[in-house]
Amino acid sequence: MVADSQTISAVNQEYKYGFVSDIESETAPPGLSEHIIRFISAKKNEPQWLLDWRLKAYRHWLTMVEPTWAAVHYEPVDYQAISYYSAPKQKKEAPKSLDEIDPELLRTYEKLGIPLREQERLSGIAVDAVFDSVSVATTFKGKLAEMGIVFCSFSEAVQHHPDLVRKYLGSVVPHTDNFFAALNSAVFSDGSFCYIPKGVRCPMELSTYFRINTANTGQFERTLIVAEAGSYVSYLEGCTAPMRDENQLHAAVVELIALDDAEIKYSTVQNWYPGDKDGKGGIYNFVTKRGACRGARSKISWTQVETGSAITWKYPSCLLQGENSVGEFYSVAITNNRQQADTGTKMIHIGKNTRSTIISKGISAGFGQNTYRGMVKVLPAAHGARNYTQCDSLLIGDHCGAHTVPYIEVGNVTSKVEHEASTSKIGEDQLFYCAQRGLSMEDSVSLIVNGFCKQVLKELPMEFAVEAQKLLGLSLEGSVG
Amino acid sequence: MRMLEIRNLHVSVGGKEILRGINLEVARGEVHAIMGPNGSGKSTLGYVLAGRTGYEVTQGEVYFDGENLLEMSVEERACRGVFLAFQYPVEIPGVGNMYFLKAALNAQRKFRGEPEVDAMQFLKLVKKQLKALKMDEVFLQRAVNVGFSGGEKKRNEILHMSVLQPKLALLDETDSGLDIDALQIVSEGVNALRSEDRAMVLVTHYQRLLNYITPDKVHVLAKGRIVHEGGKDLALELEKSGYAGLGIDDTETDRGASHAR
Repeated sequence: MVADSQTISAVNQEYKYGFVSDIESETAPPGLSEHIIRFISAKKNEPQWLLDWRLKAYRHWLTMVEPTWAAVHYEPVDYQAISYYSAPKQKKEAPKSLDEIDPELLRTYEKLGIPLREQERLSGIAVDAVFDSVSVATTFKGKLAEMGIVFCSFSEAVQHHPDLVRKYLGSVVPHTDNFFAALNSAVFSDGSFCYIPKGVRCPMELSTYFRINTANTGQFERTLIVAEAGSYVSYLEGCTAPMRDENQLHAAVVELIALDDAEIKYSTVQNWYPGDKDGKGGIYNFVTKRGACRGARSKISWTQVETGSAITWKYPSCLLQGENSVGEFYSVAITNNRQQADTGTKMIHIGKNTRSTIISKGISAGFGQNTYRGMVKVLPAAHGARNYTQCDSLLIGDHCGAHTVPYIEVGNVTSKVEHEASTSKIGEDQLFYCAQRGLSMEDSVSLIVNGFCKQVLKELPMEFAVEAQKLLGLSLEGSVG
Repeated sequence: MRMLEIRNLHVSVGGKEILRGINLEVARGEVHAIMGPNGSGKSTLGYVLAGRTGYEVTQGEVYFDGENLLEMSVEERACRGVFLAFQYPVEIPGVGNMYFLKAALNAQRKFRGEPEVDAMQFLKLVKKQLKALKMDEVFLQRAVNVGFSGGEKKRNEILHMSVLQPKLALLDETDSGLDIDALQIVSEGVNALRSEDRAMVLVTHYQRLLNYITPDKVHVLAKGRIVHEGGKDLALELEKSGYAGLGIDDTETDRGASHAR
């Protein structure tokens, strides 16, 4: 008997974040039109240029068709059935402190393990909490401001730092980039904004926590991080959603800009509701993330642990424009039950001596389908460019799939591109060895999987790494059966 | 009461009968050696006692401390004190040897209702054992058996045994692939673990291991049955005249049952 046919009485732990908060919300009627976009823009008291930018994106989106090249299958999304704006009702315009926030909201974040109050007092992580369409709280703002660091909701940035927003918004991911980015540009409601001034090393991890609560809403947030010359920032992103039978759309855009010698480290632990074991419900996670290494010797490093979502369509990428700039992509993607993931990266080498590293670990269990899709492109001017890619897939059981689709385009003879790939199954001998030492099946799988992902997990900030390890174990619970 | 009692054990692998009626009793504090030519079923005995899937017991019974061993899961057997030193220890990439061993020890302690040991206590414990086995501390940081030489893997098995302190240790060809120095170190490790509370079963093809570890009893296995039994002198006799001297065909090459890779 091999591992796949063994049966274990796994306690199939339910998705822990699947609760719904009872919060009075102001939700726009379903449907997308210029009228709704004007409504969102007015709600947020936006300047005319931003409304114009949204409308331009919307009109462009109307001309586009949904991409079908990814190896994922889902029922067509009815874009007119989604509500594009939902916000918890607040007494005043914007809360000045946590005391003015609906206590139910604070409790929601506590349940999620993000106690905003304590976060403010105790831990060294500044958090921006985004609930449905709006940012509800940002902690540590004052302390960061003393160093000239701006960390706030996107809406606030539009009001208080319009020049910065206008200069960089859409400069990495233009509204024409792709179907979902265009949609996001038209209807994005909030997100996080972060600006690190010249030479400043951000003293704490900055973090955004995304939560979808209201039914039939989409979440379309936009994150923009600008690191001026010689600055450094480490940014974390986490996400959850309630368990619902219908699919919910999450189409975010993240833009990073690193100037000379600047470094941005962006880490994601994505744990959106994955749907039930038969594939009912779950989040469609269609996200465009891209960083521009504009300056010489700049560095952008993406680390992602993707355990949630029914469907993941996501390619955090780097435009390596500055000479000697560095791009990194470390990814763990797990698909269990009926989950599908098509994820990877694009490393576009433009400047001289640019370097990139791609480490991708895909884990498939149940009926999960996991595709690594990555592009390494070396433009003719990128003399001495280097890339190293390693894609490893781990299969658990007989019904899942792992696919690797690398695209390599090299336009410069002095460049060097390496690609390594492997596919393996969790071995019956490994499980037997662990069990013979006294470990349970669940612990053994978790141990082997964590070992498989170690190269990526070690890139995560400490607090996140522990969380991610637990999550890997949970996501695979009941998969060896 | 015998610690281990095997009665008329028949085991098939893939429909082919490998063990054909084994009877064996091992008491607390005893060291038994099971010898036999290749393909005689030695490794199968170790695997079936540890509970590996694919080894079908078609007849017979096995009792461990009076309880039916065959009804227990692999990890329950381990937690109750059955340890198998693998002939081919398995690699687990990315998992540190120390982390693995600590997880294993704590899983066993938890099963027995004992408090888990913390990192500091564990380190103290494991360092003592490392020293006895003349193993470098880098062993702890390296991934489980990854990039270990054959000898290092065997020593690592003995390290696991030393830390887990099993009641019954089954050593499957622990001597194979070891040079004389390594053999001596491994033997010293095994001898250090001999105690009145512990029983050991050494599975080996060659007599040379028994120069360092003196068994209380020797059993000779051929074609799935124990064909000779005796004291340590039986091993010496085997060395002198070989298996053929006992009328056993040593050219059996059927290794269908073994997990040789």
